[in-house]
Amino acid sequence: MLLDLSPDQEFFRDTTAKFLREQVPAAELRRLRDHPAGFEPGYWRRGADLGWVSLLVSEEHGGGSISGDGLLDLTLVAYEFGRHAAPGPLVPTNIVAAALSETSSGRNEDLLAGLVAGTSIASWCYGEPRPNDRLGDIAMEIRVEDAHVVLNGVKRPVESADQTTHLLVTGRTGAGLSQVLVPTDTEGISIEPMHTVDLTRRFSEVRFENVRISIDAVLGEIGGAGDQVDRQLRLALVIANSESVGAMQLAFDMTVEWAFDRYSFGRPLASYQELKHRFADMKTWLEASHAISDAAAVAVSSQSPEADELVSAAKAYIGQYGSELMQDCVQIHGGIGLTYEHDVHLFMRRQTVNRALFGTPAEHRVRITAIIEQGADAA
Amino acid sequence: MTIDETTHELLDEHEDLESFRQRARTWIRANLRVVEPGKSREGVLRNDRNDEEELAGVAREREVQRMLFDAGLAGICFPTAYGGRGLSPAHQEALNEELVGYEYPARLQAPTIAPCAAVLLDFGTEEQKLRHIPAILKGEELWMQFLSEPSGGSDVAGALATAVRDGDEWVLNGSKVWTTGAWWSDWGLCLARTNWDVPKHRGLSVFMLPIHQPNIEVHRIEMLNGSKEFCQEFMTDVRVPDTDRIGDVDDGWTVGIRWMFHERMLHNSSYVTIPSGDAHAGIGNESVLQTARASGHLDDPRVRDLVGEARMLNRVGEELHRRVAQGVVSGAMSDQSAAVGRLFSGVTSARTTSIVFEIVGADGAAWTDGDDGAIAEIGNDFLMRQVSCIGGGTTEMARNVISERVLGMPRERTLDREVAFRDVPRSPSSAS
Repeated sequence: MLLDLSPDQEFFRDTTAKFLREQVPAAELRRLRDHPAGFEPGYWRRGADLGWVSLLVSEEHGGGSISGDGLLDLTLVAYEFGRHAAPGPLVPTNIVAAALSETSSGRNEDLLAGLVAGTSIASWCYGEPRPNDRLGDIAMEIRVEDAHVVLNGVKRPVESADQTTHLLVTGRTGAGLSQVLVPTDTEGISIEPMHTVDLTRRFSEVRFENVRISIDAVLGEIGGAGDQVDRQLRLALVIANSESVGAMQLAFDMTVEWAFDRYSFGRPLASYQELKHRFADMKTWLEASHAISDAAAVAVSSQSPEADELVSAAKAYIGQYGSELMQDCVQIHGGIGLTYEHDVHLFMRRQTVNRALFGTPAEHRVRITAIIEQGADAA
Repeated sequence: MTIDETTHELLDEHEDLESFRQRARTWIRANLRVVEPGKSREGVLRNDRNDEEELAGVAREREVQRMLFDAGLAGICFPTAYGGRGLSPAHQEALNEELVGYEYPARLQAPTIAPCAAVLLDFGTEEQKLRHIPAILKGEELWMQFLSEPSGGSDVAGALATAVRDGDEWVLNGSKVWTTGAWWSDWGLCLARTNWDVPKHRGLSVFMLPIHQPNIEVHRIEMLNGSKEFCQEFMTDVRVPDTDRIGDVDDGWTVGIRWMFHERMLHNSSYVTIPSGDAHAGIGNESVLQTARASGHLDDPRVRDLVGEARMLNRVGEELHRRVAQGVVSGAMSDQSAAVGRLFSGVTSARTTSIVFEIVGADGAAWTDGDDGAIAEIGNDFLMRQVSCIGGGTTEMARNVISERVLGMPRERTLDREVAFRDVPRSPSSAS
């Protein structure tokens, strides 16, 4: 999380933190394990009142930021989501809201208003099943037929798909990418729930079989949506990274407390040099994760030419070292750390899901190489 | 402070960031030499210069430091009263950014400017500061740390080198080690024992002394790769005037704590001038990619993963250092948090060295005179890998500092805390 929050940002962060602490304590998260949506509609609406889905939306569309930089403000919400392993489709609703705010010309105002108010849910259909499951692979077909587009293909994992009224689908039209906003109840769409490691997040496989919709449903340019998709991916990575850092922070704090509290051989775990040194490593990974997550957010927000490299460095680092930290927290807790009763898994689950979505650490490392190679060639 | 100096200080404080950056950019482009791409690689403490070349390099860097000083681009965050510019860390960062791709006085940064000049600024008398800090900023004085001793590296407060008072002077005897380039440096900042009858932290004092004098013998240490940059000094009845003592008698550990803070801050320090993105230690930003290209295997997915990993660690390190520096300055983090940056640098530098060694394959074991600089000597770099985790305080000590001083975990048990230093058990083999 950013070191130098303004009083307004601090108040904003704290408001979400208090709300989550009260509304979704660990016991509530465990209850929601068996809830079909993973969250209550009223909870999401009240969260939306706190600004969860308005920060990437322009003021003319009913949004607005706290600091003048909505993405940085949103990282504060995401960080608190991580610290509370909070339920709710934070990434996909914000991605769709941002895309609509950017491209809307009056057509999707009702949906956008609903998203901002938390009364509607929408999700982004980006990833695809194997063998097209590598970062950036898109096989989904969006074909133009007169005044219509026809969608064929499969998307997964799609977050909260069965709670949505609309799906933003990224697909291929010839050599380029297109994006279509499709009502979820359109004929030809089928949704199959998937299993996941997270307690409250829900993912589905969404099939599109000859889904026909007016060409007006296309967001942006047909076959020319590549930049738009890149922007959405950057936003998703920034939000997910901040959330993972929040989860890491909580798990780390919990484990430090445990190390002081737990005695073995007549002394606290915190007095053993072997464990102290591991805590030092974890503290270093944690601070490094804060640093690169925030730097990437600033770069994305300011449209820096380094944004892609930084956001991939953040995703790769937080994915890899976040998992090391989480697993070490489990290890230091011992057997209790692997039980359902203990809370540490709530946060490990969240970081684990985020590590695997939107490109693995290895995929982002390779992406970094491609980026710097291009930079070196251009120089 | 005179009225004139105050006015100067105010003027400097009001030099806004953008005009400063413009001024720096214009001056750098007009006056400094461009570093040829591919020539910036340092490897890990490479033995790639003979003594004449090394001395020529030192001379050029003194000259560049003087040029920077005359251009008003030295000592950005030092007070104007001591020859600095009295500007903000953001100004220093702007200078660092503008220096990318140009020569800079690398050897004058650590340890001369940080920690030595920083320690002088914190603890020196007015007279000491006026005498030495402007000289340092002009490139006239190169300083070394007389800190570590052969009897123990990490246990700095266990110094055996002794200073005995003799009227207005002190007489120093003992040995210091791991001074980089003492053979071409001017002054030493020396931690010495002034009282053996109190616990170890309470019997130390800090002195400054000229290195080149008859009573100091400088011995160059050959490292396993042939490098002779590190030195050991033998002090025999070295006489130091009491006016060259820094801090109070027997209170040297107060100085020492700040000294080591500045040492850990090193490249996070807003006192030092170092091009942004330059290697924090060892193998630099561009050289992993260069080596991958030179190896002919940049298209190998495993190599691409490794190149990306090295770059990731580099970028994360830069941002971590920035965060720690910001946190320490604002007070959001304790001074001891500098150890977080130190640990990260050490470990990732070692990892990067391993990555490069992995990329070059069998060329890491054997190479020819005809091999490109991106391939040759990588094997020796690998043998020297741990230098990043040892030099400047070991990563083990950094881990102790983080766990004990940052996280507040119980201190390691020691046997030297409440006893007179002369009664503390010492290595049976340590000669003193």
